[in-house]
Parts: sequence; C-alpha cells; structure tokens
Amino acid sequence: MVLDAKIPEGKLEDKWRNYQIQSKLINPANKKKLSVIVVGSGLSGAGAAATLAELGYDIHCFCYQDSARRAHSVAAQGGINAAKNYQHDGDSIWRMFYDTLKGGDFRSREANTYRLAELSAPLIDHYTQQGVPFAREYGGTLVNRSFGGVQVQRTFYARGQTGQQLLLAAYSQLYKMVRSKKVTMHTRSEMMDLVVIDGKAKGIIVRDLITGELQRYVADAVVLATGGYSRVFRLSTLAIGCNGSAIWKAHKKGAYFAAPSFTQIHPTALPQSSEAQSKLTLMSESLRNDGRIWVPKKKDDTRVANDIPEDERDYYLERRYPSFGNLAPRDIASRAAKERIDAGHGVGRLKNAVYLDFKHAIERFGKQTIADRYGNLFTMYKKITGVDAYTKPMMISPAAHFSMGGLWVDYELMTTVSGLYAIGECNFSDHGANRLGANSLLQASVDGYFILPNTINNYLAQEIKSERPDIHHVEFDKAEQGVKDYVDRILSVDGTKTADHFHRELGKVMWNDCAMSRNKTGLEKAINQIEDIRRQFWSDVKVTGESKELNTELEKAYRLADFIELGILMCKDALQREESCGAHFREEYQTEDGEAVRVDDQFTFVSAWDYDEGNFALHKESLEFEFVQPTVRSYK
Amino acid sequence: MKITFKIWRQEGPNDKGGFQSYEVNDLTEDMSFLEALDHLNEILVLKNKKVVAFEYDCREGICGQCGVFINGRAHGPHDNMTTCQLHMRSFEDGATITVEPWRARSFPIIKDLIVNRSAFDRIIENGAFISAKTGTAPEANAILISKTVSDRAMDAAACIGCGACVATCKNSSAALFTSAKINHLNGLPQGAPEAHQRVLDMTAQMEKEGFGHCSFTGACEVECPEGISIVNIAEMNARFIKAKIFG
Repeated sequence: MVLDAKIPEGKLEDKWRNYQIQSKLINPANKKKLSVIVVGSGLSGAGAAATLAELGYDIHCFCYQDSARRAHSVAAQGGINAAKNYQHDGDSIWRMFYDTLKGGDFRSREANTYRLAELSAPLIDHYTQQGVPFAREYGGTLVNRSFGGVQVQRTFYARGQTGQQLLLAAYSQLYKMVRSKKVTMHTRSEMMDLVVIDGKAKGIIVRDLITGELQRYVADAVVLATGGYSRVFRLSTLAIGCNGSAIWKAHKKGAYFAAPSFTQIHPTALPQSSEAQSKLTLMSESLRNDGRIWVPKKKDDTRVANDIPEDERDYYLERRYPSFGNLAPRDIASRAAKERIDAGHGVGRLKNAVYLDFKHAIERFGKQTIADRYGNLFTMYKKITGVDAYTKPMMISPAAHFSMGGLWVDYELMTTVSGLYAIGECNFSDHGANRLGANSLLQASVDGYFILPNTINNYLAQEIKSERPDIHHVEFDKAEQGVKDYVDRILSVDGTKTADHFHRELGKVMWNDCAMSRNKTGLEKAINQIEDIRRQFWSDVKVTGESKELNTELEKAYRLADFIELGILMCKDALQREESCGAHFREEYQTEDGEAVRVDDQFTFVSAWDYDEGNFALHKESLEFEFVQPTVRSYK
Repeated sequence: MKITFKIWRQEGPNDKGGFQSYEVNDLTEDMSFLEALDHLNEILVLKNKKVVAFEYDCREGICGQCGVFINGRAHGPHDNMTTCQLHMRSFEDGATITVEPWRARSFPIIKDLIVNRSAFDRIIENGAFISAKTGTAPEANAILISKTVSDRAMDAAACIGCGACVATCKNSSAALFTSAKINHLNGLPQGAPEAHQRVLDMTAQMEKEGFGHCSFTGACEVECPEGISIVNIAEMNARFIKAKIFG
C-alpha cells in the first residue's frame, strides 16, 4: 500500500486554505442525518465532539472515566504555545513552525507542522472566549513564558493548571451540546473493538464498565481521541487508566501504526521511591524557566544539597548547552540527566535523581514571585515528598511521558482505514521524533476544534449517499463475539500471578531497553523477553470476578494484554531505525560527546506498520523537505 | 508497616453493604494510600477473592476521580488534599484505617467505594458554559481583564469536581461546587451576557438533584483539595438575589 499523505498543493502558508477551498461541503440539513462516534473526551475528543455537534452532526462520545472532565488532558500543567508574538520578541508562525520541526528532529511533515503553528493563535482566542482564566498582566493583557527548545516567550498558562482549565472549557462546551441533545455522552464506557464494513469504519463495540455488558454503536465515521500509550512502561506520568487498547484494536483492523518507538521521556518527574509505586508525578517543565538543574561534581556525594558549595556543583545543562541552558528540549535534558546519574552523580536515597534548585531565582525575584508562578507545584511537591522546595532543592528524575508515535494519519487526520480518524496524542502527525513542551495541549486542541471539523466533511459528503449499516450486520456479530471470547479467555486462565505483576515485568524491560537509550543487542533481547511475558501472561494470569460486572481487575488485564503486543512493536520499530533522532537515541549512532547522529539519507521517513497477523510489515512514508533544509539539531 | 483496613463492601446499589477487615503486613511508609489499596487488591486476587472497587485515575490530585472517606474524613486526615496524594507515612504502624465511600443521597453507591457523581455533570450541563461556538472568538487581547479579576476567576475555577464538599457536608449540599463554577464564569466579562440565567439554571438543577441546602458550617472548605473558599457560596447567594431581581 502506498502511503499518500494528501498534502495540498501550493506554498506552505497557502496549503491549509487551499485544502479548505477544495474540500467538499455538506449542507446543514444533511449534516443532521450523519452520525459520528468520538472515542475519548479529552481536549481533542471533547473539542471535536462539541464542534461537530455545533456544526449539526449527530454525535456519540465515549469515555472510560465517570465524567468527561477526568480525561488526562486535565493533568497538563505548564501551558500551551501560540505564535501570537504578544511579547514582541520576534515570534512568528514561521518561527514556531521551524522550532517545532527542529524540536522533532526533522521527522515530521512540513505541511502538518506549519498548520499547527498557523492555527495556534486563533486557538488562544477561542479558549479566552470560553472563559479560560489565563495568566494576565496588571494592565489586563495575556502573559507568556518560555518553554524548552525555544528562545521566545510564546507559552500561555493558567497557573500550573493549564490543562485542567482548557479541559474544563472543552468539557463545558461539550456538555452544552449534551443539553442541546446534539451529543449523547457515554461515560464509563470502553471501546473494545472497531467494526469495519466493506473497508470503512462504521462502528464500535463498547463494554459498559458498570454492568460489563457489550453494546454495539454504528455511525458514518469513527474518531479516536484516546491519548497516549506511555503506560506501556507502567511507571509514567500518565493516569493509571490511560491505555493503548483503542488504537491497538484499530491497528489490528487495518490502521497502520506510525513511529511507535517515538516516546518522550520527561526530564522533570518525581523519582521512583519503591517497587509498589504506580505513577511518577510530573513537575512542569515551566519550572525550568527559573529553576537550575545540577548534580554534585563529586561522585557519591553524601552531603545534603544546601551544604554543597557553588563551586562543587555541576550545572550540567548550562555547561553542555550554553545557549539554551536549563531550557534544552526534553529528550536532551533527560538524556543528560541519565548520563550524570549513570556516571555516579545521582542524588537521593536511590541515587536516581538530580536537583532542580530555585535558590538563585528566589534570591533574585523574591519568594512571592516564585510562589505566584509555581505555587501549586511547590505545594504538590510538598504533599508528595514532605519537602519544602522554597528552602531545599527539588529532586527530579526522568519519566516516561508522551507518545509522539500513534496511528498513521494523512493531512486530513484519517488513518489507513477509510472513515477512521485519529486526533490528539493517539495519532502520529506533528511532533516528529520529539515533542516540544506546551505543544501537546496545542495539538490536541487544534486537531479537535479546527482541523477534523474541516476535513471529516470531505469524507462524509460521500457517505451520505450510502445507507448506514445496521447493528445486526454480520461484522458487528463477529466483532462482538470476538470481544466476548477474548474477555472470557483472560478470565479462564486462572493462573497464579496478578495483572500488575506482568505489567511490572513489561515495564522493566521497556524502561531498560526501549526508553532513553537503545541499542541493537538490548532491543533484540527485549523482544524475546516480551514474547516470554506474553506467553506467561496467557498461561498464568489470574483475574477474579466476572465479565458481567464492574471489574477493575479485568480492565487492567485486558488493557495490559494490548500493551504487551504494543511493546513488541515499539522494540521492532526502534530496532529498524538505525540512527539517533529526537527521543530515539541509538547508542551506535552518537558523536564523541554523546550527541545524536541522524542518518538522513536512509531514515528520512515515517515508519508505518501494518499488523499483518502479528508479523508487522513496515511501510515507509518518505518525508520531503521542500521549504526548510534539515540541519544538525544543536542547542549548544 | 502493618495496617488493618476496615473497608465498606457493597456489591451493587441495591445491596446491603457492610464493613470487612483486611490485615496487610508488608506496606511501606512511602507508598501512597491508593498504592496500599492496590497492594491489598493483589493479595485478594491471589486468594481468589474479588478486589475492592475504588476510583482513581491521574493519581496526582487533579482529575478529581478518587475520593473516599478515611477515618471519618473526606480524603483522609490532612486538609486540602486528595486521596491519591495521601501517603502511608500519615498513619501509625499497626493502625486500623476505616475506608468508606462518599455518602450522599445524590451520589448513589455503584459498588464498594465507587459512587455515581453524574449529578455534578448535570449541574454543569445547565449553564456552566459560555455560549460561543468554535470559530466565533474575537482576538484574545481585545478583552482586557485585570489581573485581580482573572486571579479570582482562577481561584474559583480550580475546582476538581471530586465531591468531597458534598460528602463532608451534613446537609450534602453542593453549594461550594456550584458556586465555584458560577463565580468563575460570572466573574469574567465573557460570562456576563448569560450571568443571570446561569445562576438560576445551575441552582435549580442543584436542587433538582436532591442536594441539601448550605447552612454555612464551613466543613466543605476544610476538605476541598483546592482550598476553594466558602466566600464563594456567599457570593453565589448575592448573585442569585440579583438574578431574581434583574434576571
């Protein structure tokens, strides 16, 4: 299959407009007759469901939580980027586009990335109108701050709760449409399979998480907005319920999976403290605006941080990357931390952390200013660790965070299955091999509010002519039976180990061999180990309770079964990419001082995997750089 | 650490529930409270028993999905904290910890420690929005909002919708939740055109859902993980009177 990204003709700045001019429209009376399923209710899902409903489509929106307001977009702290140039510091759409493309190490499409930057400014207008209380100057205008990988200030924020405030705005807009009876909201409902009829996505099988009953929903198009899959590492910054199952089921039904190994390790999370830990709490990247990262120069230094004099501290990011300093991009900051920790300079009880110190910022700006900027993060830090970060440096450590990889989508955000769209974090589109901070809320929102509602019509305009299938169609029967058998099979194993046990095992393998630094031997070993974990899971997992009831243990187990398969594909993808780019760092491809070496003549492509009964066939979408020339990505 | 959990178990909304005790020996102080429950559940699975159903998602105090009564207090022994942020170091070795679901008529129990809080969604549905369709917004800096006004809106907007305020209130009142949302939107110029209708619709829905009236005991603000002030309720009442007169 030839992967056609359907990039519109014309100059970079004209492409989106040219696309919209040519795309097919649907008259308002006909939109009512068309129905769309949206799976997920985070920023992209809620934004899309609300906007599509406003346009007149009949929408069914699903989420596994008890309310759309819980979606994990809620946890994003630091902010959202937009090329408004309010700070008069030389920002522009072009600069934001270039920063994002370079931040992703030239492994994303020019046209997609440009559109992301182009639509960022109207998005801030939209959220402001929806009542998001963005931070403001005394004069009443909006404030900006900096984020990693960027030398201008283009990040908008609402204290340390930007994601929460944007999500609540999207949730409000969504529930307004629920009241108008244009959206039917299905909470505590999990998509278990995709139904494809004659090559087109036409419905889903859903498990009601309270009763365990399986239900069928049919529509003219299906939109997946199900977020990231970094819980494959088990310990991550994600919510415990975040999973890759919806996109994995879609992958098995024909949607290609792009760049699965591109996963971001965030440099500033709280370190792991015990085996029982379920989650690594993120501390916003915005802290790196004022906090300085360091480790003791002396190995295995046992002194407490405040007793170590200035000249015995190694501010390693400032030393290695003088022009970006503490605001080096995430992949680089994480690897630099790992390098110091591995070299014996780690701090904390398990020697697995580095310091993030606000001493100089407090001396310079005063405690009150720092509290205004990051107060809730300092409070959160104290709640979890019991330590006051105004007087002692924070201890932070890298943690699995964002998935740049996801379902392959074209310029219209359609997957390789007709009528199946993927939006937000669950697709692979704009971030290349590494996402810049504060671009996640942006991409999720832009996909949901602005792009999908202007591309889905191009497909639905044809679908209106064909009759919608019935939920008694044989493909629905098959899909539902498949889900039932699958769930029963998990329950019938009746082994001796819990689902969490296998998740911990999977997490260890993924973290050791497919995270911040990878090599051929490690990846080959990891694939074998995960195959073993899969065999053991299916012969020895124990899940109590039944399928037809609220059963949280069963939910864990069936999500994990998909993570295990996804883990194998991630390792295979990392193995085939014999270069280092962005978050994908292959030890075999580095300079003498440990910087990544890209191999452009062989790997300037997006890997897109076809499931092929578990044999995973690789397809390549070649990346053409027409407007910028890929350069060595340097932040020195 | 050795802990005895005394946990409310209830199969479904119509079953008669009751407490069951579970002794767990190998907990550590740096485990979070929910990790201790995870650990208990792994033990139960291996003993071929059904796990305790409880809610959680983000485990960093922002999604609002977790929340149980711990030793008679919503979200446990500390002020202004969610259940997921509570750590075992807050308990003595050998202690017995009583764990119950939120108890309020408007939050019916689904199973064990899980309750149905969809009444909150219906309050939001009835007016907690600004009616502006995607694509209709003016340039963001065209609306100037003073820092003081914006900060006050943010204070109110911080609500995570966990329901601790309702659970802890002797009247099971949702006044803190509802007032926080009203004050967030009505305090901003964008929310002004629908301000009166919003107060009337949201408070009417709050009553319809069966939440009790506020008698200003102040318990809600103590337990609110976001420290949302009870002043919000007074402000909502003032807005309500204004809406009745001018709305």
